[in-house]
Amino acid sequence: METLEHIIAEHSFFAGLESYYTNLLTGCASNVRFDAGTYIFKEGEEANEFYLIRTGKVALEIFAPQRKPIMLETLGEGEVLGWSWLLPPYQWRFHAHAVETVRAIALDGKCLRTKCEENHDLGYEILKRFAHIMEQRLEATRFQLLDVYRVGR
Amino acid sequence: MTMATAATTDPMLPQPYSVRQVIKETADTFTLTLEPPNGAGGNRFQPGQFSMLWVFGVGELPISISGDPAERDRLVYTVRSVGQATLALVSREVGDAVGVRGPFGTGWPVAEAEGRDVLVIAGGIGLAPLRPVIYEVLHNREKYGRLVVLYGARSPRDVLYRKELAAWGRQRETQVLVTVDYGGLSWRGHVGVVTTLFKYARLQPARSLAFACGPEIMMRFVARDLETHGFARENIYLSMERNMKCGIGFCGHCQYGPHFICKDGPIFPYDRMRPLLEKYEL
Repeated sequence: METLEHIIAEHSFFAGLESYYTNLLTGCASNVRFDAGTYIFKEGEEANEFYLIRTGKVALEIFAPQRKPIMLETLGEGEVLGWSWLLPPYQWRFHAHAVETVRAIALDGKCLRTKCEENHDLGYEILKRFAHIMEQRLEATRFQLLDVYRVGR
Repeated sequence: MTMATAATTDPMLPQPYSVRQVIKETADTFTLTLEPPNGAGGNRFQPGQFSMLWVFGVGELPISISGDPAERDRLVYTVRSVGQATLALVSREVGDAVGVRGPFGTGWPVAEAEGRDVLVIAGGIGLAPLRPVIYEVLHNREKYGRLVVLYGARSPRDVLYRKELAAWGRQRETQVLVTVDYGGLSWRGHVGVVTTLFKYARLQPARSLAFACGPEIMMRFVARDLETHGFARENIYLSMERNMKCGIGFCGHCQYGPHFICKDGPIFPYDRMRPLLEKYEL
Protein backbone atom coordinates (compact mmCIF):
# COMPACT_ATOMS: atom_id res chain seq x y z
CA MET A 1 0.00 0.00 0.00
CA GLU A 2 1.26 3.50 -0.88
CA THR A 3 2.02 5.60 2.16
CA LEU A 4 1.22 9.31 2.30
CA GLU A 5 4.92 10.07 2.49
CA HIS A 6 5.56 8.04 -0.66
CA ILE A 7 2.74 9.75 -2.55
CA ILE A 8 4.06 13.18 -1.53
CA ALA A 9 7.60 12.29 -2.50
CA GLU A 10 6.40 11.01 -5.90
CA HIS A 11 4.32 14.08 -6.71
CA SER A 12 6.00 16.31 -9.28
CA PHE A 13 5.62 19.39 -7.06
CA PHE A 14 7.93 17.87 -4.48
CA ALA A 15 10.29 16.14 -6.93
CA GLY A 16 13.80 15.99 -5.49
CA LEU A 17 12.81 17.03 -1.98
CA GLU A 18 14.89 15.33 0.70
CA SER A 19 13.14 12.59 2.62
CA TYR A 20 13.65 14.49 5.88
CA TYR A 21 11.38 17.21 4.54
CA THR A 22 8.79 14.87 3.03
CA ASN A 23 8.59 13.26 6.44
CA LEU A 24 7.90 16.66 7.99
CA LEU A 25 5.23 17.38 5.36
CA THR A 26 3.51 14.06 5.92
CA GLY A 27 2.57 15.13 9.43
CA CYS A 28 0.40 17.87 7.86
CA ALA A 29 -1.08 15.72 5.05
CA SER A 30 -4.27 13.77 4.47
CA ASN A 31 -5.96 11.98 1.58
CA VAL A 32 -9.03 13.73 0.19
CA ARG A 33 -11.61 13.12 -2.53
CA PHE A 34 -14.08 15.52 -4.13
CA ASP A 35 -16.94 14.31 -6.29
CA ALA A 36 -17.47 15.86 -9.70
CA GLY A 37 -19.57 18.99 -9.42
CA THR A 38 -18.59 19.87 -5.86
CA TYR A 39 -16.66 22.95 -4.80
CA ILE A 40 -13.31 22.37 -3.11
CA PHE A 41 -13.23 25.94 -1.85
CA LYS A 42 -14.95 29.23 -2.54
CA GLU A 43 -13.75 32.81 -2.83
CA GLY A 44 -13.55 34.59 0.52
CA GLU A 45 -13.38 31.42 2.61
CA GLU A 46 -10.45 30.89 4.93
CA ALA A 47 -7.55 29.25 3.08
CA ASN A 48 -6.24 26.56 5.37
CA GLU A 49 -4.76 24.07 2.97
CA PHE A 50 -3.41 23.35 -0.48
CA TYR A 51 -3.80 20.27 -2.64
CA LEU A 52 -1.55 18.00 -4.63
CA ILE A 53 -3.87 16.74 -7.36
CA ARG A 54 -3.42 13.02 -8.00
CA THR A 55 -6.29 12.45 -10.44
CA GLY A 56 -9.20 14.44 -11.84
CA LYS A 57 -9.67 17.98 -13.01
CA VAL A 58 -10.33 21.22 -11.13
CA ALA A 59 -11.62 24.46 -12.65
CA LEU A 60 -10.71 27.79 -11.12
CA GLU A 61 -13.69 30.09 -11.44
CA ILE A 62 -14.47 33.70 -10.69
CA PHE A 63 -17.90 35.24 -10.32
CA ALA A 64 -19.00 38.51 -11.83
CA PRO A 65 -22.38 40.05 -11.02
CA GLN A 66 -25.27 38.98 -13.28
CA ARG A 67 -23.07 36.58 -15.18
CA LYS A 68 -22.37 32.90 -15.07
CA PRO A 69 -19.08 31.96 -13.41
CA ILE A 70 -16.03 32.51 -15.62
CA MET A 71 -13.65 29.58 -15.87
CA LEU A 72 -10.11 30.94 -15.71
CA GLU A 73 -8.05 27.81 -15.82
CA THR A 74 -8.17 24.07 -15.29
CA LEU A 75 -5.70 22.07 -13.24
CA GLY A 76 -5.13 18.33 -13.43
CA GLU A 77 -3.02 15.40 -12.41
CA GLY A 78 0.39 16.32 -11.05
CA GLU A 79 -0.54 19.96 -10.40
CA VAL A 80 -0.91 22.02 -7.26
CA LEU A 81 -4.09 23.77 -6.25
CA GLY A 82 -3.98 26.82 -3.97
CA TRP A 83 -1.38 29.16 -2.54
CA SER A 84 -3.60 31.52 -0.54
CA TRP A 85 -2.76 29.50 2.60
CA LEU A 86 0.80 30.84 2.32
CA LEU A 87 0.20 34.58 2.48
CA PRO A 88 -2.05 36.79 4.65
CA PRO A 89 -5.00 37.25 4.80
CA TYR A 90 -5.20 33.48 4.11
CA GLN A 91 -8.39 33.72 2.08
CA TRP A 92 -9.25 32.05 -1.22
CA ARG A 93 -9.40 34.45 -4.16
CA PHE A 94 -11.28 32.12 -6.53
CA HIS A 95 -13.67 29.21 -6.50
CA ALA A 96 -12.20 25.76 -7.12
CA HIS A 97 -14.72 23.45 -8.73
CA ALA A 98 -14.17 19.72 -9.27
CA VAL A 99 -15.23 19.17 -12.89
CA GLU A 100 -14.22 15.53 -12.58
CA THR A 101 -13.88 13.43 -9.44
CA VAL A 102 -10.69 14.60 -7.80
CA ARG A 103 -8.33 12.60 -5.62
CA ALA A 104 -5.69 14.67 -3.91
CA ILE A 105 -3.42 15.06 -0.94
CA ALA A 106 -4.47 18.00 1.25
CA LEU A 107 -1.72 19.73 3.19
CA ASP A 108 -2.82 21.66 6.25
CA GLY A 109 -1.68 25.26 5.81
CA LYS A 110 -1.60 26.22 9.49
CA CYS A 111 0.40 23.11 10.35
CA LEU A 112 2.78 23.80 7.47
CA ARG A 113 3.20 27.49 8.27
CA THR A 114 4.18 26.55 11.82
CA LYS A 115 6.73 24.02 10.55
CA CYS A 116 8.13 26.54 8.06
CA GLU A 117 8.56 29.14 10.82
CA GLU A 118 10.39 26.55 12.92
CA ASN A 119 12.49 25.25 10.05
CA HIS A 120 13.44 27.96 7.55
CA ASP A 121 15.16 25.47 5.25
CA LEU A 122 11.82 23.74 4.79
CA GLY A 123 10.16 27.14 4.39
CA TYR A 124 12.62 28.13 1.67
CA GLU A 125 12.08 24.82 -0.20
CA ILE A 126 8.31 25.31 -0.11
CA LEU A 127 8.53 28.96 -1.12
CA LYS A 128 10.86 28.22 -4.06
CA ARG A 129 8.44 25.64 -5.40
CA PHE A 130 5.45 27.93 -5.04
CA ALA A 131 7.36 30.82 -6.60
CA HIS A 132 8.01 28.62 -9.64
CA ILE A 133 4.31 27.75 -9.92
CA MET A 134 3.36 31.43 -9.51
CA GLU A 135 5.81 32.45 -12.24
CA GLN A 136 4.43 29.83 -14.65
CA ARG A 137 0.83 30.84 -14.00
CA LEU A 138 1.60 34.56 -14.24
CA GLU A 139 3.22 34.00 -17.62
CA ALA A 140 0.30 31.84 -18.79
CA THR A 141 -2.12 34.55 -17.65
CA ARG A 142 -0.20 37.23 -19.57
CA PHE A 143 -0.24 35.01 -22.65
CA GLN A 144 -3.98 34.45 -22.18
CA LEU A 145 -4.60 38.20 -21.86
CA LEU A 146 -2.93 38.78 -25.24
CA ASP A 147 -5.92 37.01 -26.80
CA VAL A 148 -3.71 35.92 -29.68
CA TYR A 149 -6.38 34.15 -31.72
CA ARG A 150 -8.73 37.12 -31.94
CA VAL A 151 -9.57 38.33 -35.46
CA GLY A 152 -8.00 41.64 -36.44
CA ARG A 153 -4.91 41.41 -34.32
CA MET B 1 2.37 25.05 -75.38
CA THR B 2 -0.54 23.39 -73.57
CA MET B 3 -1.94 24.87 -70.37
CA ALA B 4 -0.55 21.99 -68.29
CA THR B 5 2.92 22.51 -69.69
CA ALA B 6 2.71 26.23 -69.16
CA ALA B 7 1.64 25.68 -65.54
CA THR B 8 4.53 23.40 -64.77
CA THR B 9 7.02 25.80 -66.28
CA ASP B 10 5.57 29.14 -65.24
CA PRO B 11 4.95 29.39 -61.48
CA MET B 12 3.25 32.75 -61.98
CA LEU B 13 0.45 31.28 -64.08
CA PRO B 14 -2.58 30.11 -62.07
CA GLN B 15 -4.29 26.85 -62.95
CA PRO B 16 -8.08 26.96 -62.89
CA TYR B 17 -9.29 24.46 -60.27
CA SER B 18 -12.92 23.91 -59.39
CA VAL B 19 -14.49 23.77 -55.96
CA ARG B 20 -15.57 20.22 -55.12
CA GLN B 21 -16.64 20.75 -51.52
CA VAL B 22 -17.00 23.47 -48.90
CA ILE B 23 -17.18 22.52 -45.20
CA LYS B 24 -18.05 25.03 -42.52
CA GLU B 25 -15.64 24.33 -39.65
CA THR B 26 -16.59 27.24 -37.36
CA ALA B 27 -18.56 30.48 -37.70
CA ASP B 28 -15.78 32.09 -39.77
CA THR B 29 -13.59 29.22 -40.95
CA PHE B 30 -14.21 26.98 -43.94
CA THR B 31 -12.43 24.07 -45.60
CA LEU B 32 -12.42 24.06 -49.41
CA THR B 33 -11.61 21.06 -51.51
CA LEU B 34 -10.40 21.94 -55.00
CA GLU B 35 -9.89 19.62 -57.93
CA PRO B 36 -7.90 20.17 -61.09
CA PRO B 37 -9.83 20.93 -64.30
CA ASN B 38 -9.34 17.51 -65.86
CA GLY B 39 -9.96 15.65 -62.55
CA ALA B 40 -6.53 14.08 -62.80
CA GLY B 41 -4.24 13.26 -59.91
CA GLY B 42 -0.67 14.34 -59.50
CA ASN B 43 -1.06 17.11 -56.94
CA ARG B 44 2.10 16.45 -54.95
CA PHE B 45 2.90 18.64 -52.02
CA GLN B 46 4.89 18.44 -48.84
CA PRO B 47 3.16 19.00 -45.50
CA GLY B 48 3.65 22.68 -44.65
CA GLN B 49 3.68 24.01 -48.22
CA PHE B 50 1.23 26.64 -49.41
CA SER B 51 -0.49 27.72 -52.61
CA MET B 52 -1.40 31.11 -53.98
CA LEU B 53 -5.16 31.05 -54.53
CA TRP B 54 -6.77 33.46 -56.96
CA VAL B 55 -10.33 34.54 -56.47
CA PHE B 56 -10.84 35.96 -59.92
CA GLY B 57 -11.79 39.60 -59.84
CA VAL B 58 -10.97 39.96 -56.15
CA GLY B 59 -7.38 39.04 -55.42
CA GLU B 60 -4.79 36.41 -54.62
CA LEU B 61 -4.03 34.86 -51.22
CA PRO B 62 -1.32 32.61 -49.79
CA ILE B 63 -3.08 29.66 -48.12
CA SER B 64 -1.43 26.62 -46.54
CA ILE B 65 -2.50 23.23 -47.79
CA SER B 66 -4.40 21.44 -45.04
CA GLY B 67 -5.30 18.18 -46.78
CA ASP B 68 -3.88 14.70 -46.91
CA PRO B 69 -0.68 14.44 -49.00
CA ALA B 70 -1.77 10.92 -50.03
CA GLU B 71 -4.90 12.25 -51.75
CA ARG B 72 -3.39 13.51 -54.98
CA ASP B 73 -6.60 14.14 -56.85
CA ARG B 74 -7.42 17.24 -54.78
CA LEU B 75 -6.03 20.14 -52.83
CA VAL B 76 -7.60 21.10 -49.51
CA TYR B 77 -7.40 24.48 -47.79
CA THR B 78 -8.80 25.72 -44.51
CA VAL B 79 -9.48 29.44 -44.66
CA ARG B 80 -10.56 31.91 -42.02
CA SER B 81 -12.67 34.73 -43.33
CA VAL B 82 -11.05 37.90 -42.05
CA GLY B 83 -11.22 40.29 -45.01
CA GLN B 84 -12.60 40.89 -48.47
CA ALA B 85 -10.48 38.32 -50.32
CA THR B 86 -10.83 35.54 -47.74
CA LEU B 87 -14.59 36.20 -47.55
CA ALA B 88 -14.79 35.89 -51.33
CA LEU B 89 -12.78 32.67 -51.20
CA VAL B 90 -14.90 30.97 -48.52
CA SER B 91 -18.05 32.12 -50.35
CA ARG B 92 -17.17 30.03 -53.40
CA GLU B 93 -19.71 27.36 -54.21
CA VAL B 94 -19.32 23.87 -55.60
CA GLY B 95 -18.29 24.11 -59.24
CA ASP B 96 -16.88 27.64 -58.97
CA ALA B 97 -13.38 28.26 -60.30
CA VAL B 98 -10.38 29.19 -58.16
CA GLY B 99 -6.93 29.85 -59.59
CA VAL B 100 -4.11 27.86 -58.00
CA ARG B 101 -0.37 28.54 -58.13
CA GLY B 102 2.11 26.37 -56.33
CA PRO B 103 2.69 24.50 -54.12
CA PHE B 104 5.40 26.77 -52.80
CA GLY B 105 7.82 26.92 -49.91
CA THR B 106 9.59 24.45 -47.70
CA GLY B 107 7.71 21.74 -45.85
CA TRP B 108 7.87 20.41 -42.32
CA PRO B 109 10.90 18.09 -42.06
CA VAL B 110 8.82 14.94 -41.62
CA ALA B 111 11.58 12.69 -43.00
CA GLU B 112 13.90 13.98 -40.28
CA ALA B 113 11.26 13.01 -37.72
CA GLU B 114 11.36 9.34 -38.69
CA GLY B 115 12.29 7.17 -35.73
CA ARG B 116 11.50 9.97 -33.32
CA ASP B 117 8.52 11.24 -31.35
CA VAL B 118 6.60 14.02 -33.08
CA LEU B 119 5.13 16.91 -31.14
CA VAL B 120 2.60 19.03 -33.02
CA ILE B 121 1.64 22.31 -31.34
CA ALA B 122 -1.01 24.41 -32.99
CA GLY B 123 -2.86 27.56 -32.08
CA GLY B 124 -6.10 28.68 -33.76
CA ILE B 125 -6.06 28.18 -37.51
CA GLY B 126 -2.42 27.10 -37.16
CA LEU B 127 -3.72 23.55 -36.97
CA ALA B 128 -4.48 23.68 -40.72
CA PRO B 129 -0.84 23.68 -42.00
CA LEU B 130 -0.03 20.96 -39.46
CA ARG B 131 -2.86 18.61 -40.38
CA PRO B 132 -0.88 17.14 -43.33
CA VAL B 133 1.91 16.22 -40.86
CA ILE B 134 -0.61 14.36 -38.72
CA TYR B 135 -1.94 12.49 -41.76
CA GLU B 136 1.59 11.66 -42.84
CA VAL B 137 2.53 10.22 -39.44
CA LEU B 138 -0.71 8.29 -39.05
CA HIS B 139 -0.40 6.78 -42.57
CA ASN B 140 3.16 5.67 -41.83
CA ARG B 141 2.80 4.79 -38.16
CA GLU B 142 5.70 2.33 -38.11
CA LYS B 143 8.17 5.01 -39.14
CA TYR B 144 7.58 7.29 -36.16
CA GLY B 145 7.53 7.17 -32.39
CA ARG B 146 4.74 8.76 -30.39
CA LEU B 147 2.60 11.47 -31.93
CA VAL B 148 1.47 14.18 -29.54
CA VAL B 149 -0.89 16.90 -30.75
CA LEU B 150 -1.40 19.92 -28.49
CA TYR B 151 -4.01 22.33 -29.80
CA GLY B 152 -5.13 25.65 -28.37
CA ALA B 153 -8.15 27.59 -29.57
CA ARG B 154 -9.75 30.81 -28.40
CA SER B 155 -12.99 29.19 -27.22
CA PRO B 156 -14.81 25.87 -27.65
CA ARG B 157 -16.71 27.18 -30.69
CA ASP B 158 -13.39 27.99 -32.42
CA VAL B 159 -12.01 24.44 -32.27
CA LEU B 160 -11.25 23.13 -35.78
CA TYR B 161 -11.58 19.54 -37.03
CA ARG B 162 -13.40 18.37 -33.88
CA LYS B 163 -14.24 14.89 -35.16
CA GLU B 164 -10.76 14.32 -36.50
CA LEU B 165 -9.13 15.43 -33.27
CA ALA B 166 -11.22 12.85 -31.41
CA ALA B 167 -10.41 10.16 -34.00
CA TRP B 168 -6.67 10.90 -33.93
CA GLY B 169 -6.70 10.64 -30.13
CA ARG B 170 -7.97 7.06 -30.44
CA GLN B 171 -5.04 5.96 -32.60
CA ARG B 172 -2.25 3.95 -31.02
CA GLU B 173 0.77 5.82 -29.70
CA THR B 174 -1.10 9.08 -30.24
CA GLN B 175 -2.06 11.67 -27.66
CA VAL B 176 -4.30 14.61 -28.53
CA LEU B 177 -4.96 17.39 -26.04
CA VAL B 178 -7.13 20.41 -26.70
CA THR B 179 -7.35 23.54 -24.61
CA VAL B 180 -9.23 26.81 -24.93
CA ASP B 181 -8.30 30.24 -23.62
CA TYR B 182 -11.90 30.96 -22.62
CA GLY B 183 -14.10 28.04 -21.61
CA GLY B 184 -17.82 28.19 -21.13
CA LEU B 185 -19.40 26.28 -18.28
CA SER B 186 -20.48 23.47 -20.61
CA TRP B 187 -16.87 22.87 -21.72
CA ARG B 188 -15.38 19.87 -19.94
CA GLY B 189 -11.91 20.08 -21.44
CA HIS B 190 -8.82 22.05 -20.50
CA VAL B 191 -8.89 25.81 -20.01
CA GLY B 192 -5.64 27.73 -20.34
CA VAL B 193 -3.12 28.65 -23.02
CA VAL B 194 -1.59 25.92 -25.17
CA THR B 195 1.70 25.92 -23.24
CA THR B 196 -0.16 24.72 -20.14
CA LEU B 197 -0.61 21.38 -21.94
CA PHE B 198 3.13 20.67 -22.09
CA LYS B 199 3.17 19.04 -18.68
CA TYR B 200 0.65 16.42 -19.86
CA ALA B 201 2.54 15.50 -23.05
CA ARG B 202 3.94 11.99 -22.86
CA LEU B 203 7.09 12.02 -24.95
CA GLN B 204 10.84 12.22 -24.64
CA PRO B 205 12.08 15.71 -25.62
CA ALA B 206 15.60 14.45 -26.34
CA ARG B 207 14.29 12.14 -29.09
CA SER B 208 11.52 14.35 -30.43
CA LEU B 209 10.92 16.97 -33.08
CA ALA B 210 8.45 19.74 -32.37
CA PHE B 211 6.42 21.48 -35.09
CA ALA B 212 4.58 24.64 -34.07
CA CYS B 213 2.20 26.87 -35.98
CA GLY B 214 0.01 29.72 -34.82
CA PRO B 215 0.23 33.46 -34.22
CA GLU B 216 3.88 34.50 -34.02
CA ILE B 217 3.64 35.60 -30.42
CA MET B 218 2.18 32.23 -29.49
CA MET B 219 5.10 30.46 -31.20
CA ARG B 220 7.53 32.61 -29.22
CA PHE B 221 5.94 31.48 -25.96
CA VAL B 222 5.83 27.90 -27.21
CA ALA B 223 9.46 27.77 -28.32
CA ARG B 224 10.68 29.27 -25.08
CA ASP B 225 8.67 26.79 -23.01
CA LEU B 226 9.80 23.87 -25.16
CA GLU B 227 13.39 24.78 -24.37
CA THR B 228 12.52 24.78 -20.69
CA HIS B 229 11.09 21.28 -21.17
CA GLY B 230 14.33 20.01 -22.70
CA PHE B 231 13.90 20.53 -26.44
CA ALA B 232 17.02 21.63 -28.31
CA ARG B 233 16.45 24.74 -30.46
CA GLU B 234 17.36 22.91 -33.65
CA ASN B 235 14.62 20.35 -32.95
CA ILE B 236 11.89 22.98 -32.88
CA TYR B 237 10.35 24.12 -36.18
CA LEU B 238 8.06 27.10 -36.69
CA SER B 239 5.83 28.12 -39.57
CA MET B 240 6.36 31.82 -40.21
CA GLU B 241 4.03 34.20 -41.98
CA ARG B 242 4.49 37.49 -43.78
CA ASN B 243 2.73 39.18 -46.67
CA MET B 244 3.49 36.79 -49.53
CA LYS B 245 2.80 37.91 -53.07
CA CYS B 246 4.78 36.14 -55.81
CA GLY B 247 5.44 32.95 -53.84
CA ILE B 248 8.84 32.39 -55.42
CA GLY B 249 11.16 34.95 -53.83
CA PHE B 250 11.07 37.57 -56.62
CA CYS B 251 8.97 40.40 -55.26
CA GLY B 252 10.41 40.76 -51.75
CA HIS B 253 7.07 41.39 -50.04
CA CYS B 254 7.66 38.63 -47.53
CA GLN B 255 11.25 39.46 -46.68
CA TYR B 256 12.01 38.72 -43.03
CA GLY B 257 15.55 39.69 -42.12
CA PRO B 258 17.74 37.86 -44.63
CA HIS B 259 14.98 35.37 -45.51
CA PHE B 260 12.13 35.27 -47.99
CA ILE B 261 9.36 33.51 -46.15
CA CYS B 262 7.78 32.20 -49.38
CA LYS B 263 10.94 30.59 -50.75
CA ASP B 264 13.24 29.92 -47.77
CA GLY B 265 10.26 29.09 -45.53
CA PRO B 266 7.57 29.20 -44.36
CA ILE B 267 9.01 26.44 -42.16
CA PHE B 268 12.18 27.38 -40.30
CA PRO B 269 14.12 25.86 -37.42
CA TYR B 270 13.78 27.92 -34.25
CA ASP B 271 17.53 28.42 -33.87
CA ARG B 272 17.48 30.43 -37.14
CA MET B 273 14.37 32.39 -36.23
CA ARG B 274 15.13 33.19 -32.61
CA PRO B 275 17.29 36.31 -33.20
CA LEU B 276 14.63 37.71 -35.54
CA LEU B 277 11.70 36.90 -33.27
CA GLU B 278 13.25 39.12 -30.63
CA LYS B 279 13.58 42.17 -32.90
CA TYR B 280 11.03 44.93 -32.49
CA GLU B 281 8.75 45.73 -35.41
CA LEU B 282 10.32 43.24 -37.84
